Amino acid sequence: MEIKELDPKNRVNHMEYMPGMEVIDSDMLLQVTELMEEYDYDKYTDADVKAALNHDTVTPEDFKALLSPAALPFLEEIAQRAQEETRKHFGNSIMMFTPLYIANYCENYCIYCGFNCHNSIHRARLTRDEIEHEMQAIAKTGLQEVLILTGESRKMSDVKYIGEACALAKKYFKVIGVEVYPMNSDEYAYLHKCGADYVTVFQETYNSDKYETLHLAGHKRIFPYRFYAQERAILGGMRGVGFAALLGLSDFRKDAFATGMHAYLLQRKYPHAEIAFSCPRLRPIINNDKINPKDVHEAQLLQVICAYRLFMPFASITISTRECERFRNNVIKIAATKISGGVDVGIGGRDGEKKGDEQFEISDGRSVEEVYKAIEDAGLQPVMSDYIYV
Amino acid sequence: MEDKLILKGHEFTSRFILGSGKYSLDLIKAAVEQAGAQIITLALRRAATGDVANILDYIPKGVTLLPNTSGARNAEEAVRIAHLARELGCGDFIKIECIRDSKYLLPDNYETAKATEQLAKEGFVVMPYMYPDLNAARDMANAGAACIMPLGAPIGTNKGLCTKDFIKILIDEIDLPIIVDAGIGKPSQACEAMEMGAAAVMANTAIATAGDVAVMAQAFKKAIEAGRSAYLCGMGRVVEGKASASSPLTGFLRD
Repeated sequence: MEIKELDPKNRVNHMEYMPGMEVIDSDMLLQVTELMEEYDYDKYTDADVKAALNHDTVTPEDFKALLSPAALPFLEEIAQRAQEETRKHFGNSIMMFTPLYIANYCENYCIYCGFNCHNSIHRARLTRDEIEHEMQAIAKTGLQEVLILTGESRKMSDVKYIGEACALAKKYFKVIGVEVYPMNSDEYAYLHKCGADYVTVFQETYNSDKYETLHLAGHKRIFPYRFYAQERAILGGMRGVGFAALLGLSDFRKDAFATGMHAYLLQRKYPHAEIAFSCPRLRPIINNDKINPKDVHEAQLLQVICAYRLFMPFASITISTRECERFRNNVIKIAATKISGGVDVGIGGRDGEKKGDEQFEISDGRSVEEVYKAIEDAGLQPVMSDYIYV
Repeated sequence: MEDKLILKGHEFTSRFILGSGKYSLDLIKAAVEQAGAQIITLALRRAATGDVANILDYIPKGVTLLPNTSGARNAEEAVRIAHLARELGCGDFIKIECIRDSKYLLPDNYETAKATEQLAKEGFVVMPYMYPDLNAARDMANAGAACIMPLGAPIGTNKGLCTKDFIKILIDEIDLPIIVDAGIGKPSQACEAMEMGAAAVMANTAIATAGDVAVMAQAFKKAIEAGRSAYLCGMGRVVEGKASASSPLTGFLRD
């Protein structure tokens, strides 16, 4: 089948809202974009990095220095300072959770993603009973936090379907997050009513020109609608919101800076909002070897994670299973505060037969028990619940 | 007469309230013992209902549980969490935390006073965590609080008694135990709070982030006891600069 969006003239304007998409009164996108465009990371020097490390409060200017190439030789000092901040705010607590993919139907064409609508993978959508069985299997491991994920298809996984999954999850878990397609604030309010309280949306890249060349079709193509998802989630009554750029898609330093500023401005506007970061890098995915994340090595990734920690010491930072056991075990000692275990990024299979294919390949397939033990071995305390739904 | 901390009729001989978050669950017992603590706080949001890492299983019997409403953003949510705590069998003590600032975690005094009023009416022993403001403290006292818990410094900072002068005003003006909560980073700072007349000190991060949790718990216990003794016996006068033997201004009266 020919993919018409491969020709740029067949793509819709990625900056124009589609019918039904809620437009909120906010200029945050403009602010973040301008700040990102101004950010010239090559102008920062050793002195700027040292000054940033000496400041009690890390300012946006210090954050820029910490993300610059000049900061890389100071990674040990940065990590030590990050560890200090992490312990101050979180003690030795490390929160545990697991993702639950309930459907992988997707209407988007994102050229780097295994779920994209033109990739021929096994599609599935778990029934209510299947979801409940998966949840029972997860609850048996002792976990009390679950993150519900779907591919981005409003047709195949409508808001009601996701809401039902949240309501089911409430029976088994204390903390429920959702990582699904961006929606309107009344829809977030509905999911909140069903039991969800945390919304994660990855912007992937904050460079809208680059974004346009990667997200060729579907709702996801609309850059501003995605950008304002966290703000709509807060307006819908959600307690916390998660941010991420998929590092390596575009210039990772600029993307990391924009991610931090997006979170920073949102927290200033809504001081009660709980802020979380995820730090994904591109990993190999099914049927796609076009993109190679050459520029984000482990050192650069750690630099970004530590910069997030120092800039927003109170924020939750999740370390992905895209990273290997060695990296994950070490980064929870420094700056990450949340880690998954028993991860399966396909559809179903915890309790019976696998129904649908995985979104990407994971690098750390350890069970909940194994991750739990690794946390304890690091002198840290695994925490199953850090939240109460009221 | 034995020196006791009295909270709405409940008597305690220890004046050290220990936090239970931020450190390993299997250290809680040792910390409680070394601290000689009779009250331990517990974030209800951490009180998992499952079998794995449930903090409630690690708290020694005989210690009074002080559940807090951490996670509440307003009075209404604090009241709901207090009800959940009671349902979970955590007793009638409740530390109110109403926080709608995820960055500094500074308490909202207005919402805290509202929650205090509601929960005191329902028979809870209400211990409000607050920013040391005299008017708000009076509101909380009038609303039926069992004590007032002003913060010494932003939570987790270990910066000590940054709000010292304002806490002193509460000690002087409020007829309830004043318990310094949050920001106390060192035993010497806990001692200082007790010397100036605080009824008790609550600490968590300072102990959780110490090299040895149990030893630091004991160090705090000693410091709190030392400060209390000094307060009870009346502190000596501090003489600044040179000795004041002569009376340059009033000496003439003796001429």
